[in-house]
Amino acid sequence: MLQVTDLDVFYGDAQALWGASVTVGSGEVVSIVGSNGAGKSTLVNAIMGILRPRRGRIVLDDQDVTETPGHRMCRAGVAIVPEGRRLFPSMSVEDNLDLGAFNRVARAHYEESLQWVHTLFPRLADRRSQLAGSLSGGEQQMLAIGRGLMARPRLLLMDEPSLGLAPVVVDEVFDVIETVRDEGVSVLLVEQNAQMALDVSSRAYLLAEGRVVMDGTAEELAKSREVRDSVLGL
Amino acid sequence: MTEAATVDARPVRRAARITPVSIFLWALRIAALAIILYGSYLSISSGRLSAAQWRDLFVFGISTGSVYALIALGYTMVYGVLRFINFAHGEVFMVGAMMAFYVANALATTTLWTSSPVVSLLIVLVAAMATSTSVAVIVERIAYRPLRGAPRLIPLITSIGASFTIQYLVRGLVGPSTKAFPRMEQLRGTTEILGVVILKSQVVVIVAALVMMAGLYLFVERTRTGKSMRAVSEDPETAALMGIDVDRTIVKVFAIGGAMAGVAGALWGLVFPSLNFFSGFLPGIKAFTSAVLGGIGNIVGAMLGGVSLGIFESVGPSLVLAGYEIPAFSQLKDVVAYAALVLVLIFRPTGILGERLAQERT
Ligand SMILES: Nc1ncnc2c1ncn2[C@@H]1O[C@H](COP(=O)(O)OP(=O)(O)O)[C@@H](O)[C@H]1O
Ligand SMILES: [Mg+2]
Repeated sequence: MLQVTDLDVFYGDAQALWGASVTVGSGEVVSIVGSNGAGKSTLVNAIMGILRPRRGRIVLDDQDVTETPGHRMCRAGVAIVPEGRRLFPSMSVEDNLDLGAFNRVARAHYEESLQWVHTLFPRLADRRSQLAGSLSGGEQQMLAIGRGLMARPRLLLMDEPSLGLAPVVVDEVFDVIETVRDEGVSVLLVEQNAQMALDVSSRAYLLAEGRVVMDGTAEELAKSREVRDSVLGL
Repeated sequence: MTEAATVDARPVRRAARITPVSIFLWALRIAALAIILYGSYLSISSGRLSAAQWRDLFVFGISTGSVYALIALGYTMVYGVLRFINFAHGEVFMVGAMMAFYVANALATTTLWTSSPVVSLLIVLVAAMATSTSVAVIVERIAYRPLRGAPRLIPLITSIGASFTIQYLVRGLVGPSTKAFPRMEQLRGTTEILGVVILKSQVVVIVAALVMMAGLYLFVERTRTGKSMRAVSEDPETAALMGIDVDRTIVKVFAIGGAMAGVAGALWGLVFPSLNFFSGFLPGIKAFTSAVLGGIGNIVGAMLGGVSLGIFESVGPSLVLAGYEIPAFSQLKDVVAYAALVLVLIFRPTGILGERLAQERT
């Protein structure tokens, strides 16, 4: 459903991505692993239309979205759970979820989506009128994921959703990723926590210094020397 | 990037340390308070002004203050989404007042002006709003949008340029002479509300300003567009990812700020019926002061700041300066306005309601 071919991305004159190609199939969890500064966020942000690639193509189903700006991507069916969550801290939990469903397509399914998110994260229902900034780190991550799901995406991009969370909460996040996949949403998951990411993924890519240096099934990558050396730290 | 993380780690209140600076600040605060209180004591005990006169000053302060508040909304909302001070906003107010003058003058020659004053006033208000809104939106389009992403000092300087440009365009169009806003028979004299005698024109100004502010507040809090404005002012990049067209939202903010300034312009004509191309400058600066006083970026703060500033500068000279027998104290109201700003800021550096500035995004 997502086909990224030969992407070059620059920050000013500094190149951050060299010919990156990634595909995600329908209903599949694919992970991008790699150490800090490898270019994982750059890749996700380029797909989302926040960064404009200098070369390459991004195709979503049959639609070319290479030039589509960020605020149009959610209408095309892509949502993002950004790195560092990026909630609206002085707005309520409910307002944050509401903003997730801001686009016209999602708006039509608002009640349904809200029900779904509340079933996935019952704690968000309890805290609906609390300010997002007053939630615990784990709850904030749940809210960021919930906000992404409110857009009714066909493809969910998740940038390091387990970063800075307690182990119990990390487990919960990965459970949710599997649930979401089982309901038919494709997930492109960026993680430094490669072990857990590979456990929930069918396929994976290893990114190092802005290049895709390896790709294959999750098992292949989990066993490979490169992944062990560069991310698992074994 | 790590905004959520900084919120996560709640700001730890640093243990108050006693430093020479804090001692100095406290001495300053106590001295300021003492000067104000003693001056007030002197003027009140001198009995120079009757209770009714004090009340008139107060009501006058509220009516000018509510006009400042309306203008201040434009400064604070634009600051909220773009983090810069739009110094051309005083001129947006002035063009509204100018249009109000021309429409009122035209209407004053018809029978409508005397037979249906409410309809006439509404026509004047709508014309002023439409004019100010258009100017605000045009300025955003040609002067600020091309600078999106530039360092914030650049649109700030541009706004000063835009301010002069509008002043001299208006001067070119209507000439440098001072224009007298036509009087309305029905607004002459006073009326009694809850036992208080108030000038009718001030009643109109206060009521109209309150209605506009309440409307704006509900709009920002309750509507989808309002919510998108709040989202953009918290985090424009993330707002875009939610499907919000940030540029369009910014245009709407300028439009609403302009509409408020237009209403302010028409109301200004009712209180101070003389007007020229330079008339936007002082109210603009006062409204900017109000926005800072209330906490820049905060909508309710701008409303409170405006009304407070109006009251300070109306009551302050007679209350504090007259007590010390300062000559010509009533001409010092502009000085009092800035003294009030400095005073509030030494007690609350973020303004009355400003807390967000401390965690300002970069
Ligand atoms: N806004 C930016 N401006 C300039 N360089 C950047 C910016 N963001 C990231 N980079 C650089 O791009 C490279 C990849 O960064 P990033 O995609 O954030 O890595 P990752 O998400 O894998 O940790 C790094 O070398 C980083 O320094
Ligand atoms: Mg990253």
